[in-house]
Amino acid sequence: MFDIKDLYQEVIVDHNRSPRNFGKLENADTTLEGFNPLCGDKLTLYLKTDGVTINDIAFDGSGCAISVASASLMTDAMKGKSLEEAETLFNEFHNLVTTDNDYNEELLGKLAALAGVKDYPARVKCASLCWHTLHSALQGDNTPVKTE
Amino acid sequence: MNNPNTVTTLINKTAEFDVAKIRADFPILNEKIHGKPLVYLDNAATAQKPSHVIEVLNDYYRETNSNIHRGVHTLSEKATAQYESARNKVKDFVNAESTKEIIFVRGTTDAINLVAQSFGRDTLKAGDEIIITELEHHSNIVPWQILSDQTGATLRYVPINDAGELILEEFEKLLNNKTRIVAVGHISNALGTINPIKTIIDKAHAVGAKVLVDGAQAVPHTRVDVKALDCDFYAFSGHKLFGPTGIGVLYGKEALLDAMPPYQGGGDMIQMVTMEKSTYNVLPYKFEAGTPHIAGVIGLGAAIDYVNELGLEAAAQYEIELLDYANEQATQVAGLNLVGTAKNKTSILSFTLDGIHPHDIGTILDGEGVAIRAGHHCAMPVMERFNVPATARASFAFYNTRQEVDALIQAIDKCQKVFN
Repeated sequence: MFDIKDLYQEVIVDHNRSPRNFGKLENADTTLEGFNPLCGDKLTLYLKTDGVTINDIAFDGSGCAISVASASLMTDAMKGKSLEEAETLFNEFHNLVTTDNDYNEELLGKLAALAGVKDYPARVKCASLCWHTLHSALQGDNTPVKTE
Repeated sequence: MNNPNTVTTLINKTAEFDVAKIRADFPILNEKIHGKPLVYLDNAATAQKPSHVIEVLNDYYRETNSNIHRGVHTLSEKATAQYESARNKVKDFVNAESTKEIIFVRGTTDAINLVAQSFGRDTLKAGDEIIITELEHHSNIVPWQILSDQTGATLRYVPINDAGELILEEFEKLLNNKTRIVAVGHISNALGTINPIKTIIDKAHAVGAKVLVDGAQAVPHTRVDVKALDCDFYAFSGHKLFGPTGIGVLYGKEALLDAMPPYQGGGDMIQMVTMEKSTYNVLPYKFEAGTPHIAGVIGLGAAIDYVNELGLEAAAQYEIELLDYANEQATQVAGLNLVGTAKNKTSILSFTLDGIHPHDIGTILDGEGVAIRAGHHCAMPVMERFNVPATARASFAFYNTRQEVDALIQAIDKCQKVFN
């Protein structure tokens, strides 16, 4: 039975209303922009890392509930993670929103709330914008990210 | 609505205009979306097709399909006759002087590019000026930006006020003896504003400029008379006029089209080709290189037959009343902000909801079967002017009903419930 709440779960509505880690991070050592030209979603990701661990992470920008909640949940999940763990989580999130494969609920934690996105092909890019931006930032790529 | 006279008039008008009967002409309106009846309010993006158009297309491919202007065989003659008969229908529809002034193109975008690249590139030089407006769709901005880059001409924009209306005093200030082209939308796709194009055309002509009108949003809602307007070019698309996609029309004054160089080279647009040079065909064929969208043209002719039969004037009146009703309902919704409140507007309700992004509105409305557009509507300068990244846009056609407006309002309520 179709239910819009499968997409807009309580966790998502909450993180959209009060995004965590929102605002510029002073003394960030990596700053990267992500842009979704089709819908106009824009975000800037701020990172503090020592090359091994993500010590701090924040974002700002504007976008739909899916993109804001995804960035909020992602930054929460990434704090204190090693770069290797970040890469694993990136791949697992990609699996969550783009495939029908089983996903690792334990690893994803609250991020699993975004599972409903895969049923809305037009909205997958909303959920993944911040992730692609983080991925590029960690790869040392400093060209702004665009999802299309 | 408290005035009893108004109510009586409304009932009479509605009685004349039998929406239930009209809806039966559009098979797609019976579709269910997520188990709910489709409420199609994305007509400014593309309109639905009546059975008559669908059947004409079907019959063409089943019984007549053939190339035109070439064969001596029966089918080719039949296809050519249908194609040229559609051109005649378009000529009458916009009240052009001659079928030589009716060029079939892919759509409004193609028509504007044709004028920019053929007329514009041939006549503009560095220092000349082109005037467009802040209200334009990207398809009436980008071709002129390209032309400006190519020729060194300057592009100027007429600003809009907070209601989304062109500021005519500013337009008059921009006009001068360097103005060569004025390109303006008849009706704004993002806000629904009806522009005073007759005034704009007259003022532009007074300084010797030529005027192109982007009529993509106008032809489905208003009777267009190119002679009365005295516009130099008028562009529109078939698919917004209940016809097929991929077909559109450029009307141009014969003398202008005649003096313009071809836009594309190929078959059908020539009289004689040798290895050294070619001589070009007469109007309108000079601008129709290659095998055209024959079925599309015939389908467009069928769409014009349909709206003529229906009566565009009665439909327009019905749409105005429907928009008034939608406006009334929408203004009662707390947290809903209308974007574009021009005194003279039609068929478009662009809005935002406090704290809810238009894309989320679009998705949640779809869950209720309500199809709207969410985004920048290919009019990013308009969004910038109103300082919003996007809006939600409900756009109406004559087959929409008050019940569908109610469904929209209920779906908006659902939206607010999901987020609050």
